[in-house]
Amino acid sequence: MPTTLAEKVYEAHVVRSAAGEPDLLYIDLHLVHEVTSPQAFDGLRAAGRTVRRPDLTMATEDHNVPTLDILSPIADPVSRAQVEALRTNAAEFGIRLAPMGDRDQGIVHVIGPQLGLTQPGMTIVCGDSHTSTHGAFGALAFGIGTSEVEHVLATQTLPQYRPRQMAVTVDGELPPGVSAKDIILAVIAEIGTNGAQGHVIEYRGSAIEALSMEARMTICNMSIEAGARAGLIAPDATTFDYLRGRPHAPQGADWDAAVEHWSTLRTDEGAVFDSEVHLDASTLTPYVTWGTNPGQGLPIDGAVPDPADFADEGERRDVEQALAYMGLTAGTPLREIKVDTVFLGSCTNGRIEDLRVAASLLRGQHVDADTRMLVVPGSVAVKAQAEAEGLDRVFLEAGAEWRGAGCSMCLGMNPDQLKPGERSASTSNRNFQGRQGKGGRTHLVSPSVAAATAITGKLTAPADLKDTVTV
Amino acid sequence: MDAFVSHTGTAAPLRRSAVDTDQIIPAEYLKRITRTGFEDGLFVAWRRNEPDFVLNRPEYARASVLVAGPDFGTGSSREHACWALLDGGFRVVISSRFADIFRNNSTKSGLLTVVLPQVDVEALWAAVEADPATEVTVDLQANEVRYGDTTVPFQIDEYTRWRLLEGLDDVGLTERNLPDIEAFEGTRPAWLPKALPVV
Repeated sequence: MPTTLAEKVYEAHVVRSAAGEPDLLYIDLHLVHEVTSPQAFDGLRAAGRTVRRPDLTMATEDHNVPTLDILSPIADPVSRAQVEALRTNAAEFGIRLAPMGDRDQGIVHVIGPQLGLTQPGMTIVCGDSHTSTHGAFGALAFGIGTSEVEHVLATQTLPQYRPRQMAVTVDGELPPGVSAKDIILAVIAEIGTNGAQGHVIEYRGSAIEALSMEARMTICNMSIEAGARAGLIAPDATTFDYLRGRPHAPQGADWDAAVEHWSTLRTDEGAVFDSEVHLDASTLTPYVTWGTNPGQGLPIDGAVPDPADFADEGERRDVEQALAYMGLTAGTPLREIKVDTVFLGSCTNGRIEDLRVAASLLRGQHVDADTRMLVVPGSVAVKAQAEAEGLDRVFLEAGAEWRGAGCSMCLGMNPDQLKPGERSASTSNRNFQGRQGKGGRTHLVSPSVAAATAITGKLTAPADLKDTVTV
Repeated sequence: MDAFVSHTGTAAPLRRSAVDTDQIIPAEYLKRITRTGFEDGLFVAWRRNEPDFVLNRPEYARASVLVAGPDFGTGSSREHACWALLDGGFRVVISSRFADIFRNNSTKSGLLTVVLPQVDVEALWAAVEADPATEVTVDLQANEVRYGDTTVPFQIDEYTRWRLLEGLDDVGLTERNLPDIEAFEGTRPAWLPKALPVV
């Protein structure tokens, strides 16, 4: 029977299958960070258990990490205690840790691919919902809770039910200035914030095949914002080229064997998806969100919606609540929304290509006088690469702040936060109330919209700049 | 994990959809390394900023069943969201649709999540708004929600139901299958990556 890519990867990892029980799925790589793991390690200790496969487990510090003064101890005692707990646990249980200051440190979903630990056909989990990022390589990668973190540490497996299958097909050519971020924001606006519940999404079609690995990661990253359990893309020459030569990629004869296997990881002709979504990339424009969930997004040419236009009472209430929180008036053109802060970074858009595209717009320009811009590389390696290319100087000369690596203002567990009432244009993944700081208001955007917005101080598409400044 | 057999208590009507995990408990409360004590973070922004918020109203302050709009628990994988609800006195959340990770976490932490059709959620909202003292029974043995003269059946997969009724620990169950895990490990291709430092 023809099967999908996700079904193939799932099937290849079933350790045990019995009627009336979930399948037991083997986990090839377990990524760990400081926030969702301490209680799991405590659970192991309480039960006298060990980590079954420390060699398939890697930890890093990312959520709490300050982006300034990173070689000093963390000032916030609660954050510091959490990071120290991870260090103690990694040492006690024999797990490799990339701590602050280490060359391999960074956001957990940036370092896995960068080190070549993320490979096609693998099962990858982490106590973080954006683990779906790794699906860009054709891996089945999903976020888990702390009880499951403990379960994987102890057994290297997880009880799972077979997910349903969704195909999101994007054909056509993306217009200039429109990016992977706009594709995924458009998908989420189309199907809603929990529209892919219970499903694994396979992204396919010519527009997806044309994307770089980093752009594919941006798309898979936000699968969870559509409610999907995971998102993935079939591996191809782009995938293999990205992996070749990375520290943990196979070498020599192993490389050849791996590529031979990876090349089989495709959805069979005639495989059936439980649901399908089609999108024409050539019709897309930059997307921005106006509300308090990632499904509340529109093309930047649009205006803030009017609650009165929603027939369903529940939807109308949601829109009213979102506008009240966001301090927005129905009918306001999105381009007239002024922002206080631009955040460029996160596991969605904190990789080198994201920094390059933003720098290309900011070169020789200046950040608006009433706006601040934070640039936070996704990892120490991304930071080093950007500095080698001189991107740090472009950002600094434009008046942006150049910071150390981490999750930073995506969720404000470190000191990088919005103040109450402040408004951001953010390349991160969630515009939930208070996500970037208590009372903060978030508009999700692509890196190029972030850069253009920083220059004008209002939500701006990169194409708009041609009228006002010389790009 | 505590077993869940049946629970009777009053219910709070949370007329909001897509309640995300950042609302259930904001990230700043996730820095703690304990597994309990998260009640102060539960819906903290709404409790602080909205005097009319349902849990600020004395008639719902002791509710132990939360009746929410569709898509409850979207967002992050933080199991702290389940812990905060439990620490805040809730044993059950009812919604027409839950986000997957939240629902999965709830089954591991002993918080019962019950899916009812939206029409039944609306009826329950109306009942507990008309009389906040309405006792709601959520019976996992009978797979029923009961209040007043109303009985609504609900579905839950048998395996999860059994685990919840018995309060069983997943790790212990999986360890019974250790030989299967070992056999599987013997079949993994040698070129799969190890996370150990590359020398």
